[in-house]
Amino acid sequence: MQTLIIACGALAREVLALIKLNDWQHMELQCLPADLHLRPEKIPDAVEAAVEAARGKYADIFVAYADCGTGGLLAARCERLGVEMISGPHCYSFFEGNETFAARGEVTSFYLTDFLARQFEAFVWKPMGLDKHPELLEMYFGNYEKLVYLAQTEDAALTQAAMQAAQRLGLAFERRFTGYGGLDMALTPRRRSA
Amino acid sequence: MSDEEDDLILDELNDEELVLQMYDDLYDGMADEIAEAVHILLKRAWTPYDILTKALVEGMRIVGIDFRDGILFVPEVLLAAGAMKKGMVILKPLLVETGAPQLGKMVIGTVKGDIHDIGKNLVAMMMEGAGFEVIDLGINNPAEDYIDALKRENADILGMSALLTTTMPYMKTVIDSMVEQGIRDDYIVLVGGAPLNEEFGKAIGSDAYCRDAAVAVETAKEFMARKHNQV
Repeated sequence: MQTLIIACGALAREVLALIKLNDWQHMELQCLPADLHLRPEKIPDAVEAAVEAARGKYADIFVAYADCGTGGLLAARCERLGVEMISGPHCYSFFEGNETFAARGEVTSFYLTDFLARQFEAFVWKPMGLDKHPELLEMYFGNYEKLVYLAQTEDAALTQAAMQAAQRLGLAFERRFTGYGGLDMALTPRRRSA
Repeated sequence: MSDEEDDLILDELNDEELVLQMYDDLYDGMADEIAEAVHILLKRAWTPYDILTKALVEGMRIVGIDFRDGILFVPEVLLAAGAMKKGMVILKPLLVETGAPQLGKMVIGTVKGDIHDIGKNLVAMMMEGAGFEVIDLGINNPAEDYIDALKRENADILGMSALLTTTMPYMKTVIDSMVEQGIRDDYIVLVGGAPLNEEFGKAIGSDAYCRDAAVAVETAKEFMARKHNQV
């Protein structure tokens, strides 16, 4: 019996990369749409449906989401369903390490991951309506000072894309290499149930 | 927008039609049309307060409902808010002159660690539109800033906003400080923000969680009415 990883679509590449890197052949990945983040209140129901549909077919089910704007509701749902999830408020935090991220206390930073650097247009610029209404930029980003690109991989093209995103948002730019951080740490113990 | 609508002459509409058209224009974020309609209603001897409450606030309430139902998204709401703001700029000085009713005074701000003020700004605007005086503390407020402002301004309502699950627990810190100082029951405490819910609002000891700006206005009115009845 396999282990099923039910993951946010924004983590698909990273989970697959870890599976390949570690030769975790017992793991299967099922992604939920990354754009659920635009309506986080829908995440618990979507996760529950996926968990219930998979029950009995896998030895172990793991939810590769952090709280992700659900205000504790996803954690409560996972507890009720008897499945584990990633600890921390969101992927920015667990990629960097929850303690490190919290200790920085960066109030005025806007974060991109590899996924968001790659999908900036589709997941930031367009959903915020900035393609049609650039005048909204100040309302959204007026209080931010810096864009921090939390890089999971060494990829010059993504770094360039993240820099361009910072320019478009009118923010200073900083790149931090995090690797897979807390995602790696969350998935590694699942080996035992293989 | 069809040609027919482009050709619409607002001044030719009767009052009822014009207000309905303002709902549509707010919905579509058409700021210039809202400003024009406000001037027309003023010319027709509408009071600034009636224009605000019956046309602008009511129009934004409809926008809020469709946002809640997932028909409209944040960009559309912001454009609608921009249109309402354009109307309010015209009306605000006139409201003072005409002695519009003051329903109460609210201190509002985002909590410490949170710089996301879109929701807070919407609530502040809608509260002003509905006849409340709003003291906007802006972003990233520690407990003492809220409490000092409440006392200094002799306010009735505290409004706290947070977008992040990491910052929303700070609302409890503020309320706990108010309890420690023995002033909690002197104020109506309303909380809001995307990750909050009713359960959270109750758990931290607020009076109410308000899921959007229109609900915040209605809740504030309700609590102020109760407060007056107590007196």
